Amino acid sequence: MLRLDRLEIRQGDFRLNADWQVAAGERVAVIGPSGAGKSTLLMAIAGFIAPERGDILWEGRSLLQVAPGDRPVSTLFQDQNLFPHLTVAQNLGLGVSPALRLAPVDRARMEEALIRVGLGGLGGRRPGELSGGQQGRAALARALLRARPILLLDEPFAALGPALKADMLGLVSEIAGETGATVLMVTHDPADAVAFAPRTAVVAGGIASPPADTADLMRNPPPALAEYLGRFRA
Amino acid sequence: MARRAGPVTRAGRAVALGVAALTLGTLLAVLLRAETASFGPADWSALRFTVLAALTAATLSVGLAVPASRALTRRRFPGRGLVITLMGAPFLLPVVVAVLGLLAVFGRSGLINRTFEVLGLSPVSIYGPHGVILGLVFFNFPLAVRMVLSGWQAIPAERLRLAAALGFGPDAVFRHLELPMLRQTLPGAFVAIFLVCLTSFAIPLTLGGGPRATTLELGIYQALRFDYDLGRAALLAAAQFALCAVAVGLAARLALPTRFGAGLDRQVERWDTRGWVLRLQDSVVLMLSCGFLMLPLAMIALRGVEGLPEMPASVWPAALRSVLVALVSTALCMAATVTLCAAISAGPAARWIETAGMLPLAASSLVLGTGLFILVHPFASPERLALPVTALVNAAMAMPYALRLILPAHREVEAAFGRLSDSLALTGLARLRWLILPRLRPVIGFASGVVAALSMGDLGVIALFANESQATLPLVVQQLMGAYRMPAAAGASLLLVGLSFALFWICDRGGRRHAAS
Repeated sequence: MLRLDRLEIRQGDFRLNADWQVAAGERVAVIGPSGAGKSTLLMAIAGFIAPERGDILWEGRSLLQVAPGDRPVSTLFQDQNLFPHLTVAQNLGLGVSPALRLAPVDRARMEEALIRVGLGGLGGRRPGELSGGQQGRAALARALLRARPILLLDEPFAALGPALKADMLGLVSEIAGETGATVLMVTHDPADAVAFAPRTAVVAGGIASPPADTADLMRNPPPALAEYLGRFRA
Repeated sequence: MARRAGPVTRAGRAVALGVAALTLGTLLAVLLRAETASFGPADWSALRFTVLAALTAATLSVGLAVPASRALTRRRFPGRGLVITLMGAPFLLPVVVAVLGLLAVFGRSGLINRTFEVLGLSPVSIYGPHGVILGLVFFNFPLAVRMVLSGWQAIPAERLRLAAALGFGPDAVFRHLELPMLRQTLPGAFVAIFLVCLTSFAIPLTLGGGPRATTLELGIYQALRFDYDLGRAALLAAAQFALCAVAVGLAARLALPTRFGAGLDRQVERWDTRGWVLRLQDSVVLMLSCGFLMLPLAMIALRGVEGLPEMPASVWPAALRSVLVALVSTALCMAATVTLCAAISAGPAARWIETAGMLPLAASSLVLGTGLFILVHPFASPERLALPVTALVNAAMAMPYALRLILPAHREVEAAFGRLSDSLALTGLARLRWLILPRLRPVIGFASGVVAALSMGDLGVIALFANESQATLPLVVQQLMGAYRMPAAAGASLLLVGLSFALFWICDRGGRRHAAS
């Protein structure tokens, strides 16, 4: 279980509070107007922003003193998910061993992961030689390899077209299902939330509200969400 | 947030401490040894001349750079890119070599005096205060042109288009666009060049001397080498350090130009400069600037080729020593600089560590040398340590330049890939190997080239320490000049230039080959 315990994040004048929890294996969309702090919340969980007070716990253990790379977390950022000077295989390898010391077993697992995301045989390519969708798949393959129990998606597919994005979200669903990962996905598109996440947390006005049933939320949005959604209804 | 305090960070702190110990420790040695009572009239005049020569040279360089860079920014002509590259060349040119080129143009039997002879005019001498200033301007005018040029290029094209749409003439463009830019750019350029001039040693050594044209640096050298008066050398070194510290303090308040002018050959469309008077003015300015720079360079090549057969056999071992010293000091400097950058971007005490890396700017090669001489000579003969000490001092002196080149690039890499690396636990040496070094290879290559060329041409601390058997190539050139063996000196200079530029080229090319996209 991922628990945000009376968490308060401050950055200058900006302030964000959250006090809720997500069960292991659950999928939660994080939605809200831009600048409300969706990414900030994820970056705090990933370990890049130190909270002002409160705690972040995984299975009852506080993560605050744990370095980003040692947290039980894989993150897909908005961009720069791959090192452009390394091959796809090396990028995946860094997810297994930061010193890139790989046993034959690891290499076999990497090739499996690549095949799993539809990039079989492309391990020797550089990210620049892949399409945007393929780059997303490579980053997902690394997350699959690392198999951390929490997967954070900070709109990694925002630059893709609608069809491609739907494909990628489908792939994330499958992979999260296989690894049993808890997924938090930032999005500004209510359709993504409806398609991907049974529950949704609204971030607005300095508060990240506890996740609620996505379908209910879209039918009866609270005022902050209604204002953001405009006339959208699921 | 959890900090990365890996081995690289700790190493960075150690390097910062080492650099601080080298600059401040030698300074302490100098201060303890200085005999304050003996600051005599000759020393006062050395101090006065150092400041005056630097002020004059900086004023002339920056003043002349304004019309030259303006002409460069608003004219297109074939070879414009070449001219801009040429402006970068003197920075890497060994000083003794440039002096030889200046002598071939302005010296007793140089081009100017021979023309004067034909015209029946009396010859002019290049030796003395004006010669020192001429030498300083030769080195720093092109540097100033590049700094001011980058200011000119920073005026947004949209602003110039707007000015054209409003019908601004050249005067209005100058008042509303160019003058504000100059007010921002010139003070920084002036102070940077003033600082370079303060610490110049090889120019006063070769063109100055005597009561009217001795600088503090030259005074240190003479006190140590000829009078063996450690106390007086230390006193002069302390004065030199104080002077530099004041100038660095001034520089820290001004925005110094940080880059070596990447992308300076970009063209900006100008609408206000089509009149024939301006065209004529720019052409004359450009021709004079290029002539001033190119004539000595051409003479180096010309006289050098003639002089190659005259070179004594001693140039070959000297060349080998120079290359080895350059390679060692480049490797030292790069390892130290990259380590510093890692420690700076890791966060804690970043400002402190960066300041330590910039400290050598306030030191001069001879102050460092004097301090090391004082520290070393009770235990070992300075001559035996000449080469290692030179490599160490060259590495330290070049560090601020290397840091200024590499640190911004390092920050960009960390900004783009720092979080990804952290999330993958890519720290310490693994981060260096898989992220930093591959991403920074082009800039490390370029910086290595600069450091290697600077070290190759250095004539500073080696002159304090070395005897005949450890002479580096620049020292051999200087000794040949001192013995009036000009053809031999010219030949050796050409060899020195060739080796310097070859080292620069190899490093720069090595960095860019197969560079990461």
